[in-house]
Amino acid sequence: MIRHLPMIVSMTAFMATTPAIAQDHSMHGMQTPGAQSSQPEKPKQDAPQADQPVPARDDMPGMDHFSHDTAASPAPQSADTRTMEDMSDMEGMDHSGHNMSGASGMQMVGTALPVGNTPPPPAPTDHYADRDFPAAEMAQARSAMMKEPTFSQLLLNIFEYQANKGHDGYRWEGEGWYGGDINRLWIKSEGEGEFGRGIDTAEVQALYSHAIDPYFNLQGGVRQDFGRGPDRTYATIGFEGLAPGYFEVEGALFLSTKGDLLGRVEGYYDQRITQRLVFQPSVELNFSAQNVPENDIGSGLVNFELGGRLRYEISRQFAPYVGISYLQKTGGTARLARLAGEDVHATSFVTGVRFWF
Amino acid sequence: MNTILDRRQFMRGAAVASGSLALAQWFPAWAQTASEGLRPTLPTLSGEDITLTIARQSMTIDGRPFRAIGINGTVPAPLLRLREGQRVRLNVVNQLEQDSSIHWHGLLVPAKDDGVPGVSFPGIKPGSNYLYDFPVMQSGTYWYHSHSGLQEQEGHYGPIIIDPAGTDPIAYNREHVIVLADHSPLSPEAIFRRLKVDPGHFNFQRQTLAGLFSGRDQALNERLDWGQMRMDPTDISDVTGSTYTYLVNGHGPFDNWTALFTPGERVRLRFINASAMTTFNCRIPGLKLSIVQADGQNVMPVEVDEFQIGVAETYDVIVTPAEDKAFTIVGEAIDRSGMARATLAPRVGMTAEVPPLRPRPVATMKDMGMDMSSMPGMESMDMTGGGARGVDPSAEQNASGRLSAAVIAAAPSAMDHGAMSGMDHSSMAGMDHSGMAGGMAGMDHGAGGHEMGAMNMRDFSAAPQVDRNPGVQTISPMPVDRTGEPGQGLEDVGHKVLVYRDLMALERNPDVRAPSRSIDIHLTGNMERFMWSFDGKKMSDVHEPIPFTEGERVRVNLINDTMMGHPIHIHGHFFELVTGHGDHSPRKHTVIVQPGGKVSWDFTANAVGDWAFHCHLLYHMHAGMMRIVSVRPRGGVQ
Repeated sequence: MIRHLPMIVSMTAFMATTPAIAQDHSMHGMQTPGAQSSQPEKPKQDAPQADQPVPARDDMPGMDHFSHDTAASPAPQSADTRTMEDMSDMEGMDHSGHNMSGASGMQMVGTALPVGNTPPPPAPTDHYADRDFPAAEMAQARSAMMKEPTFSQLLLNIFEYQANKGHDGYRWEGEGWYGGDINRLWIKSEGEGEFGRGIDTAEVQALYSHAIDPYFNLQGGVRQDFGRGPDRTYATIGFEGLAPGYFEVEGALFLSTKGDLLGRVEGYYDQRITQRLVFQPSVELNFSAQNVPENDIGSGLVNFELGGRLRYEISRQFAPYVGISYLQKTGGTARLARLAGEDVHATSFVTGVRFWF
Repeated sequence: MNTILDRRQFMRGAAVASGSLALAQWFPAWAQTASEGLRPTLPTLSGEDITLTIARQSMTIDGRPFRAIGINGTVPAPLLRLREGQRVRLNVVNQLEQDSSIHWHGLLVPAKDDGVPGVSFPGIKPGSNYLYDFPVMQSGTYWYHSHSGLQEQEGHYGPIIIDPAGTDPIAYNREHVIVLADHSPLSPEAIFRRLKVDPGHFNFQRQTLAGLFSGRDQALNERLDWGQMRMDPTDISDVTGSTYTYLVNGHGPFDNWTALFTPGERVRLRFINASAMTTFNCRIPGLKLSIVQADGQNVMPVEVDEFQIGVAETYDVIVTPAEDKAFTIVGEAIDRSGMARATLAPRVGMTAEVPPLRPRPVATMKDMGMDMSSMPGMESMDMTGGGARGVDPSAEQNASGRLSAAVIAAAPSAMDHGAMSGMDHSSMAGMDHSGMAGGMAGMDHGAGGHEMGAMNMRDFSAAPQVDRNPGVQTISPMPVDRTGEPGQGLEDVGHKVLVYRDLMALERNPDVRAPSRSIDIHLTGNMERFMWSFDGKKMSDVHEPIPFTEGERVRVNLINDTMMGHPIHIHGHFFELVTGHGDHSPRKHTVIVQPGGKVSWDFTANAVGDWAFHCHLLYHMHAGMMRIVSVRPRGGVQ
């Protein structure tokens, strides 16, 4: 109990010499010396004493015992540092320098001192822990620490039943990837079909994906078509990422083994209505550089599709939805469809689930 | 009342509190549901030879079972109570099925005892042990935790108290350890993966259409501006109360861990933020908090109503409750998605009102390193974002939000922005933040020579050393020293909040030389890809350490180019914050660099060896926000 006394007193005395900014807080943490105790076994003694008011500073007994080496000149030092603060405010823009040389003439200590410009030492080539531990064990631990982890994800943004006039169908659109932050193997697939008629159109892409900026990936690889008509194979190059405004966009060019060139641009936006209710408008445009009669494709804009899907995220990973999808064939493609007696446009009410794992 | 009575009441209370006795085995004495508190003379684990066994276990939080990793059968791990000047041999036994380790956070130990696999030692293999053996050269509140993988998230952490060799300048009658943590039913690997594949996964307090229509959060034009920048101003925490329960000494908010006191006592609360990802805002409504120690280093007492504690920081607080009533200890997550809650009471069973969770903050332009308020002529601009407009009505908080008797639906009233004159963002229609280059060209308040037009979200000329790659989403065009600010979301809470500039070392700094050089380190990241790095380079990219010569004094400038605060920690050393206090600069081992802000510190590279240097947000570190610093004797040979 008594042994705490000198330190307490010296602390209090030190604070008595500090500027107002520190004094504002200083006294509250301190007790009168008489109330000091680290012996909770005697609360009866302590409790009433603790209620004693803190005496005014100049009443403080034992000031003369003050021998703290911090006492050097706290008041002027603090005044200096206040000035330094102001200066650093003035220098607000200059975050590299912290050069306080302009403050020469003032008494400066510690962190207020100006910084030198000694060059840095060269980086060592050894590993210090190798002195204490087998180098092979350390190398193993180091490589484990330095290893970049890899991840994977499988996402089906569209996985739905489509209620259409006369012929109900289904549709999917999803992607999976595996890899690190920059380089990934990417698989994309989409397709649709009618119940009782089998898969109408379907494709799978296998892509190498490389991050080219904070938001976008450049992707290249192959695309294989399935479904009705000849199953084409394409070389593909494209991009995908997050555009300003939080639009998820992607685009790709496809060059078939027959020399046909196709293109596609699509995008969607997740509009959060509440934390879990999300409206996702989407658009997809398909182009062709030439007629591809085997696939009922005319040159130019082949078709466009507008969608709107309202999902509820039971969890971030599982979200049932309802929506509407409108497909319009255009140009030569529409002409070919009419000749074949097929619909040129179709409106579907859809219900499905968006999920990933 | 004497202690015998206390104890009887404690026993009775514990028996009444259903189930708490049954659970007691999982907690060390100081962390059981009701704690009489520690006394300086009552150590938990102490002495020169201590054995710590790391093993899988389960733990019960708010009545639900969770997987965990504990030490000697408890989460948190046992309190190590050591004395300055002693030697300690810690035999750590690893009974996990994977490598493990213990790092003594804040303790100055030889490099081989620092416990970082791959840096200081090879790690501890399953079924084997490692003998740490070092002298205890300091005193104060510290903690220890795994530095292997993501084990810390699962409960592999515990407190350390080192009593000073001489008299303690901090007087107190009773003390309690307050270990704050975050715990999830998900495995840490699952959390990390979700962050990688679905950034924003855990944020259920986003801005929505419902919020827009009800006039909450940002106004439409501001939302459009931020959308143009592809920045989410509600991205305050990566992992939130949507999966976390926030703990005090291993107990959930409904467990209500209770610390006892006798009215009139000076009670020392040793706060340790042992969480993986959570910055806490701590307060005890009704009590003034006298901050007496930070990161184990004594400071001049500072009286505050609230303080923000970053991951891995510690603060010792003296409270002097005079009345015979209970008080609630609140550790509110920075994004207000939940809280850690405990009670400080004269007797077991007493509770106090739990305050409602306050509205989550919204990041501002200043958090992106665009501090226009420091520009001449723009002082009156409201940089506080949409806080004044209240929070999204559909925002979700975890169960702890229900503890408040009077849950006020996202009351914006506490923040009086009305006083702030005119210019809020919504009226700044002409100010197009979206312009990737020169969008603000029209706003040149040239008097100070500041080139507003140069402001760019990713202008590498402001940070030439930063590697230009997809992992760098933004560069702060105008980072400012924010050590005089109370931290995100605490600007307008209506009472005194600790700022770093309030801290002054109690003792004169041991090394008051001028730094012989300075280095800049940029804290960089990409929230959309969950990539985190220093200077744009991840740990896995960089195999060369940051070199220091033994004994040299260096100024380190940390510049935050991200929109998130990062608690930066260096191993093996303390540093002195450059906050205007000369030779009484506060000494710390971990410092929060606020979003878009910068922090400078001086340190003496006096511990020869290789040391880890990293962001203490666990998943940021794991994603690569880490480096090795090397300290070698002058001349390079040893």
